[in-house]
Parts: sequence; structure tokens; C-alpha cells
Amino acid sequence: MTPRAGGATAPGGPLLLGVRHHGPGSARAVLAALESVRPGAVLVEGPPEGDALLPLAAHSRMRPPVALLAHAVDDPGRAAFWPMADFSPEWVAIRWASAHGVPVRFVDLPAAHSLALTEQREGGPGEGRGMDPIGILAGTAGYDDPERWWEDVVEHRATGGQPADPCAPFAALAEAMTALREAYGDGGHPQDAVREACMRLQLRAARKEFGDDIAVVCGAWHVPALTARTTVAADRALLKGMPKVKTELTWVPWTHRRLARYSGYGAGIESPGWYGHLFAAPDRPVERWMTKVAGLLRDTDRTVSSADVIEAVRLAGTLAALRGRPAVGLDEATDAVRAVMCEGSDVPLALVRDRLVVGEILGEVPDTAPAVPLQRDLDRQQRTLRLRPEAEKRELELDLRKDTDAARSRLLHRLRLIGVHWGEPAAGRGSTGTFREAWRLHWDPELFVRIAEAGVWGTTVLGAATARAEADAVSASSLAGVTALAEQCLLAGLTEALPVVMRALADRAALDADAGHLADALPALARSLRYGDVRATDTTALGEVAVGLAERVCVGLPPACTGLDADAAEEARRRMDGVHIAIGLLATTVRAEGLPERWAGVLHKLSARDAVSGVIRGRATRLLLDDGRLAGSETARLMGLALSPAAAPAEAAAWIEGFVGGASGGGLLLVHDERLLGLVDTWLTGVPADTFADVLPLVRRTFSAYEPGVRRTLGELVRRGTGPGRAARDEGVAPAPGFGEGLDEERADAVVPVVRLLLGLDTPAERAVRG
Amino acid sequence: MTVSVQTDAAGGEALRPHAEHAFADELKALAAADDRPRPARWKLSPWAVSTYLLGGTLPDGTLITPKYVGPRRLVEVAVTTLATDRALLLLGVPGTAKTWVSEHLAAAVSGDSTLLVQGTAGTPEEAVRYGWNYAQLLAQGPSREALVPSPVMRAMAEGMTARVEELTRIPADVQDALITILSEKTLPVPELGQEVQAVRGFNLVATANDRDRGVNELSSALRRRFNTVVLPLPATPEAEVDIVSRRVAQIGRSLDLPPAPDGMTEIRRVVTVFRELRDGITTDGRTKLKSPSGTLSTAEAISVVTGGLALAAHFGDGVLRPGDVAAGIRGAVVRDPTADRVVWQEYVETVVRERDGWKDFYRACREAAE
Repeated sequence: MTPRAGGATAPGGPLLLGVRHHGPGSARAVLAALESVRPGAVLVEGPPEGDALLPLAAHSRMRPPVALLAHAVDDPGRAAFWPMADFSPEWVAIRWASAHGVPVRFVDLPAAHSLALTEQREGGPGEGRGMDPIGILAGTAGYDDPERWWEDVVEHRATGGQPADPCAPFAALAEAMTALREAYGDGGHPQDAVREACMRLQLRAARKEFGDDIAVVCGAWHVPALTARTTVAADRALLKGMPKVKTELTWVPWTHRRLARYSGYGAGIESPGWYGHLFAAPDRPVERWMTKVAGLLRDTDRTVSSADVIEAVRLAGTLAALRGRPAVGLDEATDAVRAVMCEGSDVPLALVRDRLVVGEILGEVPDTAPAVPLQRDLDRQQRTLRLRPEAEKRELELDLRKDTDAARSRLLHRLRLIGVHWGEPAAGRGSTGTFREAWRLHWDPELFVRIAEAGVWGTTVLGAATARAEADAVSASSLAGVTALAEQCLLAGLTEALPVVMRALADRAALDADAGHLADALPALARSLRYGDVRATDTTALGEVAVGLAERVCVGLPPACTGLDADAAEEARRRMDGVHIAIGLLATTVRAEGLPERWAGVLHKLSARDAVSGVIRGRATRLLLDDGRLAGSETARLMGLALSPAAAPAEAAAWIEGFVGGASGGGLLLVHDERLLGLVDTWLTGVPADTFADVLPLVRRTFSAYEPGVRRTLGELVRRGTGPGRAARDEGVAPAPGFGEGLDEERADAVVPVVRLLLGLDTPAERAVRG
Repeated sequence: MTVSVQTDAAGGEALRPHAEHAFADELKALAAADDRPRPARWKLSPWAVSTYLLGGTLPDGTLITPKYVGPRRLVEVAVTTLATDRALLLLGVPGTAKTWVSEHLAAAVSGDSTLLVQGTAGTPEEAVRYGWNYAQLLAQGPSREALVPSPVMRAMAEGMTARVEELTRIPADVQDALITILSEKTLPVPELGQEVQAVRGFNLVATANDRDRGVNELSSALRRRFNTVVLPLPATPEAEVDIVSRRVAQIGRSLDLPPAPDGMTEIRRVVTVFRELRDGITTDGRTKLKSPSGTLSTAEAISVVTGGLALAAHFGDGVLRPGDVAAGIRGAVVRDPTADRVVWQEYVETVVRERDGWKDFYRACREAAE
């Protein structure tokens, strides 16, 4: 039925080793086959342009996971990756060949063509075909999960006990694939025919050069195509007229996490850490795995005894038997860990998944690898923005209203995000407007290395910064961290990263039970909204998140303000000020219906609640008064209550501190509202002698913060005395209590032009400057 | 003191027959079809036990009804655990079929689900170890005849599956008696200078409530003797709505409440609120939420709806309205007066207020909060 078994050591033909990309069992089998056959040359599936880079694979500083990266020279964004981990059969074959001094070549469609063909970014010559060969084989064998079938039949078979003939599994697999391709056709992927023609041509060339003593490592699916009898002319015809782009290749460091992504070899493996373990473990993989898991859990202070490890291994084994699997797979191992070591909970299991099943391993690439496309992209932007990298330090002032300067600012911010600190923000000269930005530039040769490292994030500065911001947002530990990131994203103009960051922000905000954290995060967000305004970025999402955050603060702040000691109360007051300003900003920039009213409701509640510390009550009253939400008489009533004899003197002093202390203008309020001053005066003179000493430092702190002029005026007012008759007259006659009797028309008129200027009533609208 | 009383409720006399009697035909068919290796004294192979629980069709065409609808993975882990020498602990909030699963496991593995210790705060050590027939003890002194074995002791001697219900309600010192049994597989009887050794086939299934952890937290020593399987709440909203509406209709009949028309809208709403708060995420998966300290089990959803129905029937117009369930939901959510209130208010202000068609409910929630 089959023309001939592809993988057998058939006389007079190359050894075809069909594998699954990133299959640890395949990798072991390939190694065993190579060791036993010892071919004179090795061909590996991959872009032939990468041949020049193959010697680097043997470099001592080269540590997988790494990826072969091909990118179009004039469009670094168009790139494809061929990731390789320790347990990738391709990597194993390359390393074996270089260790044994055997020539090794890539065979596949050149990246010049595949990049020209592929439209989508990072798509690469993927495996995404209309038909899933492994799925069909698995279905035939009665499995519903193709991955699991492959693992059971191929990967695990090969890990437990080596077969007598190391090439036999490949022969069987080739036979299966041949049968499949006969029954179902050659698959729907249009590139496959071209790629396979290319592989055949390259195989022919290699046979001419090295003879038949050749091993080929490629995806199992391609094996039948390599044995197909076609003519050179027919294969050449397929390749005629292919579009082409100028490409460059290099090695870049890769991570386990990114191995899970579909690209290049189209692996998309879910559990690189587990595969790495299976490949690296010399024997008893399950026992070693459970020991690793136990070690990890112990590091996080969970008690896991050796008895648990034993029991987990046994449970996993019995489960595999119950499910009829030949060996323990990741499913069984995970189920056993959950039941035995994690008390049935998925929470510690998530840690195991994150740290071990996926794993946090970062590859390394020697310095001698060619420059990454990120560097080229940066070079190009430096040219277009006329921003040369210079070794000496210099200052740069940017006016964000100009397009070039705005682009420069974005570039510098993006570079900072990916860890390339070429420019550091500096304090601007005198100007505090949001449309000005000052930078201190300094190009250090070290930065070339940083760029090479950042190459893992993407091939353009924009792409890399976006990917980095997204990754940071997901892994950020605190709410404030994500808020800062959101700010950076806006500064760097990373609109694509913003949704992810906003999501992370909304999630953190929803789960953070500490109203203080929420209140801390709000001001930065409100500020970001203003930046977004200046830089004309779309901030709708940000606005929604900010409003949501403000709502949560409104709900959570009152309970968080009760029963605090002096320091915590001071902290809460600071937060309340920040939130107040932020909500004011929000109300002017985004649609936040009813938010200021709800916040005012919160302040009312706080100002009237006895369990709330005095300093907070006083501050809340003051904020309401300033906003005109509290009538003068009502303020006086609240003050009277707070300063009445029933209130502890220390608490009353704190109230005064909150009401008129700290923020500017506190003293002026007392200067201008004699009724309030009178209340303070009455209270202070009424403090009993024995508690006066306790109250004095508090009151002193409040009043010593005032400007000397204010202090003197207050002193004069107190010396003159706020006689009862005078106060009564104020109450009855003057519309504004606390001010002198009558109105000095002349002096009032003199102020009007200045007020009009301040309010911008006379100036044309376009000359009004914001910020 | 618990004494196992043998009844002959094999027939249709009992109000609720034991699993091994109710499903005797299925067990017999499974045993006949089962050609896989069975652990010592097991009536069925592990594969057949999981088929019994999850349902399926046998080669001879016998249909096995599913006893438990849920993840296959969990059942497999549970059955496998019984085949190892660790005991099985089934955790779950009320209404997740813990007892049901444990009964069927015992029935399928040992053919007997009656070796049961019902855990309460007053469960004495005798219920786990052994007691004495005092008349005989006084007449003849300590003897094997005067000893009254507990269900656990009998299971050990006969290689059967013992069951302990509500393990966390049992006082800590009584729980400790289980440690030796589970780790040493032996039960000494110092009064007689003898011991009872567990024979192969003995194992134990315990159930406990995992959200409100019972009165007596399991000691870590005891916990180490168990493999834990957490039984989840109904997987889909539809399944939960179905359970709630069915139970509400049953309870409503027994309380003589008139059936409320259009009650489904509110039932769906209650289930949605419960699920969202429990899972900490909205149904559309877009907003995360804080979870309250309460359990919010399906059982509580049922009682909220029943309470709402009673309100509607006696004080309203007989139609279940948002106002009738709002207070009930709030009561179920807010268990801790400070933390939970914040959770609930946040939920109302950020989720309920924005949702289309929930205006009435939002207003009702605001009123209930006043």
C-alpha cells in the first residue's frame, strides 16, 4: 500500500525523521536515531537563510529557549520566528551535528518567500492547515484529544524503554502519515506544496554533496512528500515567480511563555516546562516532577510531606491506569497534585502551572549574533526624527503641540518602557504646562545590549513597547503599579496596549479591598486623562475605568475612615484631598453623571459621623464649604458641634487642623469669616487648664503653617476681639458674615478687570491656554 | 451512641432505599460486564465504578444512568483514591451532592453504603472506634461479645468502605481517633489486649463543607491522611436556574404558596447575582468583582426565592417582583457587616446600575439598603 517506509534505515535513501515540533519524546527519539545511524550530514526544517547562523548554535553563551528570527529588512514588523527549546527535536539535531562535526543545513522555503507570502504579522509558515492530520489519527484511535493521543502513542512510548531499533518509530509514523495523505489529500494549506517542493530540491542538492548518508528532521506531515517521486523540473516550476522580500535573520532569546504562541513552527505548546522536564529527567519523570512540585509548594510555605509526594505519584499512576493511558501524563500529574498536595484547591495549583508547567525560563544569545530588527527600526526612527544618539549628555526641550516633538517624546517614552533608558525626564525650565516636556539624553553603548535584549518583545519599538506594557500590566503586583503603567502608556502613545492595561487596572481595582489603594490610584488616573487630552489619544476607556474607580472609592472610603489613629487619619485626609481634586478633574473631562454629587454625599456622611477622626471630619466639612455645597450657617453648626464641650479637646483640635490646616488658604478663611474665628477662639479659651497642654502642640502645628501675614492678621483680629454685639450685627445685617460693614464700591470696582481677566471673559477663546 | 441497626429495607418499604438496592440491577449488569482487574474485595473495577457514577451504555446494551453530573476528572480521582491507601475527602458547599456521591461510591465499591458515621458536634469517640454493651460488660467483664463495633471498625474488619458525614462538625479529639486508623490501619482494643487490623479493601469516604469550614477545622495531621476532591457548584447558569426553579416549586407546594407567574425572571436574576458574586466575575466575563464572605450556595438561592414568593403571596399581588427578592439577596450576601456591605454596594453601583432591564432591581436594592 505505501510506496516505502520513510523513516526506516532503508538502503540507499536518506534517513527521514518525522517529528512533532517541540515534542520531548520526538527529541529523544531523534537523538537515539542519530546516535545509532551516525549520518554524514543533517538537514533540519527551517529557513535556509539561517545556515550562516547555525554555527552560533554551538556557542557556549547560547542557551535555549531561543528563536531564529527572520524579518523583512525594510519592514521589521513583518517577521517570523522559529522557536527552539532544549527539548525541540530540531535543536537536538543541530546540537548533535555541531558536536560531532557533521555539516547541518536548514531545508524549507526561504524566509524571503514565506515573508513575502504571509500577510499577517508573525504568522510565518505556520502549520495551520485546513486538515488536522494528528486529529484524524487520534480520532481513528478513539481519542478525542489529538495532543493526548500523540503523547500516548509517540512521546510517552519513546520516553519509557527505548525500542530495539531507534528508527522503527519513525518508520511507523511515516507509514501512518503516508496513509493519511493518501486518504485525505495533501491538506489545505497552499504553502505546503511549495515548501515541500523546496525541501525536495534542497534534499537533492544535499544528496549530491554528501551522498545518501543524510538524516532529515522535519514535521512528520512532510515525510511522505520528501519520498514522493517528482521531477526536478516540476519542483522548480512550483517555485517560479514567487514573490520575494529582502530578509535578514538572527537568533533572539526566547521565553517558555512565548513558546506557547503560534509562530514559525506553529508549536503553540501549552506546557513547555513539563516537556522540558520530561526531556531533561534522566529517569523516573513522575517521581522527579512531584518532588519539584513539592519543593515549589514548600517554598511558598505550604506543608508538603514526603508521604504526600509518594501518595501523589501513586495516585497519578493509578489514575493513568484507570484512564487506560500507557504512562502518566500532565493531566494525571495535575489531578494528583490537586487532590493530594493542594487540598483540592485550584489556587496553589495555579502557582504550579505558572512556575513549573509553563516555567519562567529566559534564553540567552551570544553578543555575536547579528543585530535585531528592533535596532534597525530604532535607527530609522532616529533618522526621521533627527534625534541622533550622542554619547555626551544633553538637554532636550519638547513642545508637544508640534508633531515632530510629540513623536520624539513618544519614542523616548516607548524606549523607557522596554528598558532602554536613553532619555530621562528632567524638570522643565520654569514651565509646568502639560504640553512641555524636558529630557536629558545620554546614549551609552550599553544600550545596544539593552535593545538586543528587548528584541524578545518585538521587532519594532512600538510593537516591543506594546508587548512589554501588556506583559507588565498582567504581572504587575499592585494597583499603583498598573496606574503608573497606564500613565506611561498614554505618554508613549501605546493605544493598542491600553485596553489590556485598562483591563488589568479594572480587575485590580475590583479586587483590591483596601480603599486606600484605590484612593491612591485615582489621582494619577485623573492626571493621565489630562495628558491624553494634550496628546489627542483616545481616552474613553481610561475615563470609564477612572469613573469606576471613583465609584468604588465612594463606596469604600467611609468605612475605611472610621477608628483610625492619628497617623492613619492624617494619611486618610491626604487621600481624601487627592480624591477630591481627582473627582473635580474627572467631572470636567469625562462623562461622569452624578459622580460629584455622590462624592459630596460621601463627604456629608463623613463630616457628620462621630466615629470618624476629627481631622477627616474637619477636612470633609472644609471641602464641602469650598465647593459651595455647605451653607455658612451649616458650617458653623458643624464646627460648633465639633468644638462643643462634649468633644474631647484633642479631637476638637484635630478637627480644626483638618478644617483650616495644611492646604493653602486655611488661615485666610479664618481671617475673612469672623464667625468661624470666633468659634475657634471661644473653644480655645474654654479648654480646661489640665488638657490645654495636650491640645497646644496640635493647635500650634495648625497655626504655625500659616504665612506670617496671615498669622499677624489673625492675631490682630483676636486682640481686637470679636465682641458679641459685632457678631450679632454681622448675622443680622451683612450678607457675607465676617466682612466689614457696608460695601466699598470704589475698591470693589478696581478688582473687576482682574477678575474678568482671570475668568477669561474678555480674551478670545483660541488664546485661552489650558494646563 | 451510634449502633448500626440492621433493617431489611431491601424492598420497597423504605421511604428512600439505599443506593445499592435502588440501583441493584445496574450494579449487577456492570459486575457482569466488568472484565478489568478489581482491587481486593471490590465489587467492581475502578473503571466500572466511575462508569456507574457517570453513566454510560454497557456492551450488552444496559443503560447506566448518570448518578453524578459533573467533571469526569473529579470522579476518576475520587475512585482512584479509594484504590490507594489514602482516604477520600469530598469538599463542597451545601447542595453539591457530596453525600450523594459518597453513598454511591460506597455502594459501587463495597456493595454496602450503610457503614456510616453521621458527624455532629456530639459525635462521641465510640462512633469512630467502638463502644460497650454495658449490661454484658458488667455481667461478664470486657469480652469480645460485650464490644459494640463502630461502622468504621466493621469496615476495617470486613474490608469495606466506611463513610463519615460532616467530618468538620465532629469534635477535634474524636477526629484525632481517625488518624491512627487511617495511617496505621489498625484499631487497638486495650481493654481486651487485642486489636482489629484493617483488611485489604478498607477505605473511608468523608464529606465536609468547605466554605463555612464547620466548627472544627481539620488538623493538618488528619488532612494529610486524605486526598481531597472539591465538588463544584452547577457548571452553567441554566443548570442552576433549573435546580432552583424545580426546588422552589416543590417547597412552594409544601408551604401552600400559590405559584407565581413570571417567576423565572427573578429566579434567573437571583442565580445570576449569586453566580457573579461567587465567581468574582460578571457573566460577560468583562468585570471582576469582590466576593463576599458568605457561601452563596444554590441552597441559599432557593431560600431567597422561596422567601420572595412568600412575600409576594402574602403582602404583594402574587407576582414575584424585584423588591421581593432584593432584601433576601442582600441578607444572603451581607454576612459580615463591614466588608460584605462594601462588596454588595460596589456590586449594586457598578454592575446592577449599568445593566439593561435591571433598573427596577437597582431601585429595589437601593431601598433595601436604606
